Amino acid sequence: MADQTVDLTFSEDQLALRETLVDFLARECPTERVRSAEPLGFDLALWRQMEALGLPTIAVPEEMGGGGGTVLDLAIAAEEVGRCLAPVPFLDAAVANNLVAELALGDAEGPSLRLAEQTVAGSRLAAPALRSSAHGTARLVPAGAVADVVLVLDGDDLVAVEGGVSPGSPAAPTPNLGSLPIADRRVDGEGRTVLCSGKSAVEAHRRAVDQWQLLMAAALVGLGARALEIGVDYVQQRRAFGVVIANFQTIQHRLADTATAVDGARLLAYEAAWAADQGLSSAPALARMTLVFAAETAFKSASDSLHFHGGYGYTLEYDIQLFFRRAKAWPLIFGDPARLYRDVADALLTAEVA
Amino acid sequence: MDFSTPDDLAEHRDAAKTWVRDNVRSEWAEEQYRTGTHETLELHALLARSGVLGAGWDKEYGGSDTDPGLAKAIIDEIRGLGIAGDGWATTNMVIRTIHHVGTEEQKRTLIPAALRGEILIALGYSEPDSGSDVAAAKTAAFRDGDEWVINGQKMFTSSAQVCTHVFVLARTNPSVPKHRGLTMFLVPTDAAGFERQPIYTLGGQQTNATFYTDIRVPDSARIGDVDEGWGVMRVALVFERGGAARGSSTHTLSEAVAQWARGTRGEDGSVLFEDPSTKERLGRIAVDEEVARLLGLRVRWMSECGELPGVEGSMAKLFNSESALRHYSDVVDFLGDSGTLQPGAIDAPMGGKIEAGLRAAQVGTIYGGSSEIQREIIAERRLGLPRVRPNG
Repeated sequence: MADQTVDLTFSEDQLALRETLVDFLARECPTERVRSAEPLGFDLALWRQMEALGLPTIAVPEEMGGGGGTVLDLAIAAEEVGRCLAPVPFLDAAVANNLVAELALGDAEGPSLRLAEQTVAGSRLAAPALRSSAHGTARLVPAGAVADVVLVLDGDDLVAVEGGVSPGSPAAPTPNLGSLPIADRRVDGEGRTVLCSGKSAVEAHRRAVDQWQLLMAAALVGLGARALEIGVDYVQQRRAFGVVIANFQTIQHRLADTATAVDGARLLAYEAAWAADQGLSSAPALARMTLVFAAETAFKSASDSLHFHGGYGYTLEYDIQLFFRRAKAWPLIFGDPARLYRDVADALLTAEVA
Repeated sequence: MDFSTPDDLAEHRDAAKTWVRDNVRSEWAEEQYRTGTHETLELHALLARSGVLGAGWDKEYGGSDTDPGLAKAIIDEIRGLGIAGDGWATTNMVIRTIHHVGTEEQKRTLIPAALRGEILIALGYSEPDSGSDVAAAKTAAFRDGDEWVINGQKMFTSSAQVCTHVFVLARTNPSVPKHRGLTMFLVPTDAAGFERQPIYTLGGQQTNATFYTDIRVPDSARIGDVDEGWGVMRVALVFERGGAARGSSTHTLSEAVAQWARGTRGEDGSVLFEDPSTKERLGRIAVDEEVARLLGLRVRWMSECGELPGVEGSMAKLFNSESALRHYSDVVDFLGDSGTLQPGAIDAPMGGKIEAGLRAAQVGTIYGGSSEIQREIIAERRLGLPRVRPNG
């Protein structure tokens, strides 16, 4: 009767990691800091602090100078980063660091090792382009406005491209809903290095995309959970018709639906991270599933909480609009969710049912 | 963290399939559909004799040597054939409740009797005037020496037509607030003064109205303390909501519809599954199904860790039932006019299971605590929002 192996608890180390992040971000990343980083969406000092804590290299193997942790550890960090909307390219750097470290381990003499040494040490910031290049450009690369190096799948070459941009001298902001440091990057100019080619390049890029999707889902879980808390707090303070509006069932029931969806989204995100660590064949499908579900949940949470603020909700003074904008914008960096749903059907439902 | 579940039963699946092939008759599914009685007594007796019911229980309470994994795999196979065991489901909730709150004597007699298949227990909570507000029950029990005398009426006493007992929520003290004056009793359905009338429902299941006229039961039929029935019933409700959640479902709606759509062509001759809108629909359903499975898995996992998953059970029940209704509605839309064809109609897609499923799904958001009740529980106990229902 018992599922002996199921264990939905975090390890001591994982709890300690979460606690460290919660303390650090509560101290260093209040929403004032999120606001002051707009419109670019990047805070160099905060990023340097996170690098000093070793966060972007948690899951890089120890022999490459990283923390030797897991994707699940990264998901824990991503959830906390998402919860406080930290204006740092954490997911992008973590995914890129894992990718170049993986390539470097199989390429001791090549450019991947040199790049890995630099990114793991924090002297250069690398970030992935999620889509393949087209017409010599990688469009709307997340962290493209701040990354020294962007990793792009260009045909069947995985290339590292530079663009005269760095965290210390970012590109001009591309105005966007989520105040994200996105930018187009040329892939056919100077400073283009081929890291690997052919099937291995395509697969390495696919794994990076899978990882980015599930970490983005974890970040959206954090965002959705925090937006829910903000809504719950507000409705217990605001009075209308002589009572606090938390007494109205419509409000309670919508918040309860959100709480349920956030719990479900969190379970799915950690299942996807666990599947990635285990190297399960279901991992790519789970990464897409968790991204679409977390995206819908986070947006519903932020939109409902904003709605319960009434008119104050759509003033820029109140923080909930920060969550509303990012809940929609962050996952869309990946593209239309409808396509992800079709991918899920293709991945899960094409085999004959036993 | 470890989410691995399906492999746990993998080693038992073949044995379970063999057992089911040798022992279970597929016409039981048709019989259940036709009669609306979602329990097959012949099968139930067989499961008891084979130790399937007693698997995982302590020996002192009648547990069997049957491997709990095999037992679960057998039940999964049976449910996969469309054969329900609703009478056992409610019985299981009640004996788990007795295990929590019963006297040692009750545990040693009632649990083994249930595991031997000798007793089946229906739930007697709802009344004509109280469903969600279940604590407003008017059915009364008063003490007469060593006995209790019970009078009243219950609604939706599902499976009572095959059950030996009803787990009755009764008012034992009318002069205190409604939640405090309730007590639970196990009332035999062959007692003098017991009557039953069938009620037929949209979902196809037959349920019952049950009537209690001067029924006398001994004090040993009382489950839990006098006037503490509300707490007892809440324990049972936790088991009910947890049990209603999908745990390790091996056959999902999205898989069933995908399989059908891969082998079916539309009017223009193209395979239905290849239509992007079909894939998007089914992808959405598959994502929700996985979330429902995980919320249910959490409930089971907490139960196995010895915790009572109250809020978590409500979340699982809410998400599972609400998403199932959306899914069946969407798949019936997808099938169009042929989606309205019932089991038995010529060329009904998937044997009419989607049409039947839609009717059952609508019921799922109501029974076992309506979605509104689950949301109230979540709002109050998880989010700390004020209780707004009048306490009465």
